[in-house]
Amino acid sequence: MNLKRTGILAVLGAALGLASGSAFAQAVPPEFKYLTFIVFGAIIGVTMFVTYLASKKTKTAADFYTAGGGVSGLQNGWAIAGDYLSAASFLGIAGLISLYGYDGFMYSVGWLVAYITVLLVIAEPCRNIGKYTMADILAVRNNPKTVKTFMAISTITVSTFYLTAQMVGGGVLVKTLIGIDYEISVIAVGVLMMAYVLFGGMVATTYVQIIKAVLLVIASVVMVVLVWGQYGFSFGGYLDTVVRDPKVQAQVAALLGDPAKQMSALELGQRFLEPGLYFKNPIDQISLGMALVLGTAGLPHILMRFFTVPTAQAARTSVIWAMAIIGGFYVLTLFLGTGAAINVGPAAITEIDKGGNMAAPLLAQFLGGGRESLLGNLMLAFVAAVAFATIVAVVAGLVLAAASAMSHDIWVGVIKGDHATSEQEVRAARICSVIVGAMAIAIGILAKGQNVAHLVALAFAVAASANLPVILLTLYWKKCNTGGVVAGLVVGTLAAIALVMVSPNMTYPKAIKASAQKVLDGESALRAKLTADLAAATDEAGRLKLRKGIGALDANVKKARADLELFKGQETSLVGLEKPAFDLRNPGLISIPLGFLAVFLGSLLYRDRRAEDMWEEVFVRSNTGLGRAGAQAH
Amino acid sequence: MASIDWAAIHADSRFQELYRRKSRFLWGLMIFAVVYYFALPLGAAYFTELFKVKVYGPINVGLLFALSQFIVAWGIAFIYSRKAQAFDALAAEITRSALGGRK
Repeated sequence: MNLKRTGILAVLGAALGLASGSAFAQAVPPEFKYLTFIVFGAIIGVTMFVTYLASKKTKTAADFYTAGGGVSGLQNGWAIAGDYLSAASFLGIAGLISLYGYDGFMYSVGWLVAYITVLLVIAEPCRNIGKYTMADILAVRNNPKTVKTFMAISTITVSTFYLTAQMVGGGVLVKTLIGIDYEISVIAVGVLMMAYVLFGGMVATTYVQIIKAVLLVIASVVMVVLVWGQYGFSFGGYLDTVVRDPKVQAQVAALLGDPAKQMSALELGQRFLEPGLYFKNPIDQISLGMALVLGTAGLPHILMRFFTVPTAQAARTSVIWAMAIIGGFYVLTLFLGTGAAINVGPAAITEIDKGGNMAAPLLAQFLGGGRESLLGNLMLAFVAAVAFATIVAVVAGLVLAAASAMSHDIWVGVIKGDHATSEQEVRAARICSVIVGAMAIAIGILAKGQNVAHLVALAFAVAASANLPVILLTLYWKKCNTGGVVAGLVVGTLAAIALVMVSPNMTYPKAIKASAQKVLDGESALRAKLTADLAAATDEAGRLKLRKGIGALDANVKKARADLELFKGQETSLVGLEKPAFDLRNPGLISIPLGFLAVFLGSLLYRDRRAEDMWEEVFVRSNTGLGRAGAQAH
Repeated sequence: MASIDWAAIHADSRFQELYRRKSRFLWGLMIFAVVYYFALPLGAAYFTELFKVKVYGPINVGLLFALSQFIVAWGIAFIYSRKAQAFDALAAEITRSALGGRK
């Protein structure tokens, strides 16, 4: 126990040390930097204290993987929300709304609807059948070693995609917010997360997720009250301000280009509340929607949360709470995004981060009194700390899911043939957590500067195409068997990944070089025109605009030269294509049906008497919860 | 637990009744939820003019439809949590008699 306490204190000290070693702050002015460290320190301190308490309770394998099944429905609901509301949804969706209005809000809907699938068809049966991992559900009526091997690989694959996006996004975020080096940010996130998982297992991870979700909701509610309250909480009155805002109108005009010239200022503002500023391809959006609605129910780190509650009823309660919190949060996000658009302005938001991720933090700074004020920077520090806690909490859940698959499914289930003591299993789980955690840090550092945003979408696509079909059909189809499970996992995973490899998400050097060449070819003509216009311009505003235009041209030329240099002698993408072979960014539309088809065909070709004989037991158990007495004893 | 006669419970008319009612209800709700959700991106793409129709001030049909998705999702959760209590009662009865029969 002393070792644990020393370990936790050492991590706390190291994390704070890293934080205070930062060179300069970008979003926070240097004289207010101390505020950031106080708030970060406070949140890290609280979570470390909780981890210390949790470490005393984490003794058996059940404690480590599932908090002994002793989490209540309400607690689990908050923890699911904490696990699910990653930086992508907290910062990303607010950013999308602040830049693209309606489309950003529409995007958020799918993330909530996903939980209807979880609630109606997945949560309770999984609670009734499963033990610690997704593979446990499959192992009941199939060949345990085979399905555990394949399911563990799929779990690790999905978690790694998700993890990479979180680590890289987290590193960039912390760097932008408080100016610590990218590598140090990644290491800080990784070390903290490992401390939670290693010492406190699922108990600490759950509490960290709850604390983070509560902080996130508090921060959002406070900001929405400040934004919306001045309009007497009138929705129409507030939106009226949004459409009349010149910054919003300028943003729409910039997005629309030429057609905007025929529109009045008010029409431009109204356009912000209409669809089509961000999404151009409805088929792609349907494909993404399918991956969200079916993929969430196949995410290992989300499914694992249902093993932490004592009964199917508690699993149901937890999804209902999670839906209330997640849905409520996305409604708040509508106000955070539009609030950032009218108060900070899309131009100022993209200046700090092109994707709009800084919309919510900058709104907090504005609401507290702006860049020069104490309160403004305190609020920014708070939101930044919540964002940091968000990444750490999500990453902890992912690492726990991947480590459980490694230790419980592979080491205990396959290698030891299910013969391991609880002590041995906990030790294995801890070792695997360190392996996965170290891997996460390494991937985070190696992937620096890569565009990893689509990896979250890919994680959902693999979960929807491979994990969900096998779980769903094991629970609901009598003829499903080992052959179908293996075929579904292999085909679903490979189809989703292969389609992304040939999709527009990849980098196509030929196209990049062609557009770079075009910039360089047009440079002299454009420069001559801008220079002539500048000489002829009479008013100061016009001159300023033209000077900005010349500055932008310089930047474009520099970028084009760099691109040409970077892709010199390279004509094809990673898989040897000159242009995308598949037009959708999201593979779900094709890969999900393929995954289901593979389970059907695999099951019918393989034919397994045992799986069919076991059907009655599985079906009765999933519907009644019978046979779960062991877990209920907790 | 190995002594539970799963086949007998599966054949029990109460169990058959439970899963028939449950699956009809759950899959019906699921299909409705999926159709309602996909109407949003499809509507935004193919019925753009309808989405732009203003209802009250700057509030338009599209915005109300997007907000209604939240109400519908919560409504489904609420309806299910109510209905599930009846399923729970039936499942508990089956469990009781199964465990009782073993002794």
